Amino acid sequence: MNENRRDFLKKAGVGSLIGLGVVSAINVATEEEGKASTRSEDTSGTRMGMVVDTRKCKEDCKACLDICHEIHNVPDLKMPDGSPDIKSEVKWIWKEPFHNAFPSKSSAFTSESLNNREVAVLCNHCKDPSCVRVCPTKATFKRSDGIVLMDFHRCIGCRFCMAACPYGSRSFNWQDPRDEANSGKMIGGNDINTEFPTRERGVVEKCNFCAERLAKNMIPACVEKCPEGALVFGDLNNPQSEIRKVLKENNTIQRKPELGTGPSVFYIV
Amino acid sequence: MYDAGKIITGLVIFVGIVTYPIWGSLGGSVNMPEPVVNKSGTCVESAEYMRANHMQILDEWRDSVVRDNDRVYTSQQYGTKFDKSLSTTGKTSCTSCHSNKEEFCDACHDYTAVAPYCWECHIEPKEEI
Repeated sequence: MNENRRDFLKKAGVGSLIGLGVVSAINVATEEEGKASTRSEDTSGTRMGMVVDTRKCKEDCKACLDICHEIHNVPDLKMPDGSPDIKSEVKWIWKEPFHNAFPSKSSAFTSESLNNREVAVLCNHCKDPSCVRVCPTKATFKRSDGIVLMDFHRCIGCRFCMAACPYGSRSFNWQDPRDEANSGKMIGGNDINTEFPTRERGVVEKCNFCAERLAKNMIPACVEKCPEGALVFGDLNNPQSEIRKVLKENNTIQRKPELGTGPSVFYIV
Repeated sequence: MYDAGKIITGLVIFVGIVTYPIWGSLGGSVNMPEPVVNKSGTCVESAEYMRANHMQILDEWRDSVVRDNDRVYTSQQYGTKFDKSLSTTGKTSCTSCHSNKEEFCDACHDYTAVAPYCWECHIEPKEEI
């Protein structure tokens, strides 16, 4: 059978087009499958989480904030005039007005008491944490129990994670957090807790769900110290846990769930 | 050669100054420091092993504690268990025996001119008498 070059090239071209089409069709199909499986939430394994009952939280109470920052050696940075240093402040857990913590859930017609309610916010220890995805040194990582942790040894201070976190849960150390003038003190006057390291200038830090206390079978300090019992901590994937009971009995919301990060901190409003 | 006397004396002085680091340390060299341990007994592993490998051990410890939540070290030599901790107080951490940073850590680190940054974050033990 004789074939001239022109015919051969035509056939080869058509053949490769068909081939490419099949490959990309397979790719699309498998991708769709993958997405579908992540959308239904996987509840195997352990996933530590928290419920914050904002109804119980008293407006001028700062028990959880104070104990957390005290035991984790978080400095209290102030401007020379005594106002908080908003640019450099370091925070693990803090209070935010409802309309800032939940911008998509507040409107002009939301009741004033809810809109202005001070809500305790912290790292959400997301199921699919954006900070972990962007970290170039794997300094931040998700532990098998769902807790998103920092390895301060590896952090190079690039602050990609701070840009990636949609909740502002991460703080950068612009300066040495220890008080140079008073040895044994943090900036702001707290004594250094010798059971926990401080950080150095140039690393990012955030809430660690008290990983060092969990290792000793203790619950997070904020949960323990809350005088109103507004915080509940536990394994979200364990149907028998107290936190699941609370989640079952109350309507809860998460911060910015539409971003797909899967926050593990839930709020009762 | 013009000014041979000046040039040769100049050269001798120059060579003398440049080679000072070599002949300057001939007589009395600095003695190797002997780190001071405040508590007798055995360390995590033997002293020779620790002298050679403490940096690797500490490096492995920090990864396994932070990443794998594995906080107890079992001595390969003695079988005893230790907290993988540099500085927690009142437990079997490094500094519960090596409680004097200046005489233990710094003595050798200064001599060998290494500057680990452990104590930028970890709390150094308080000086106790």
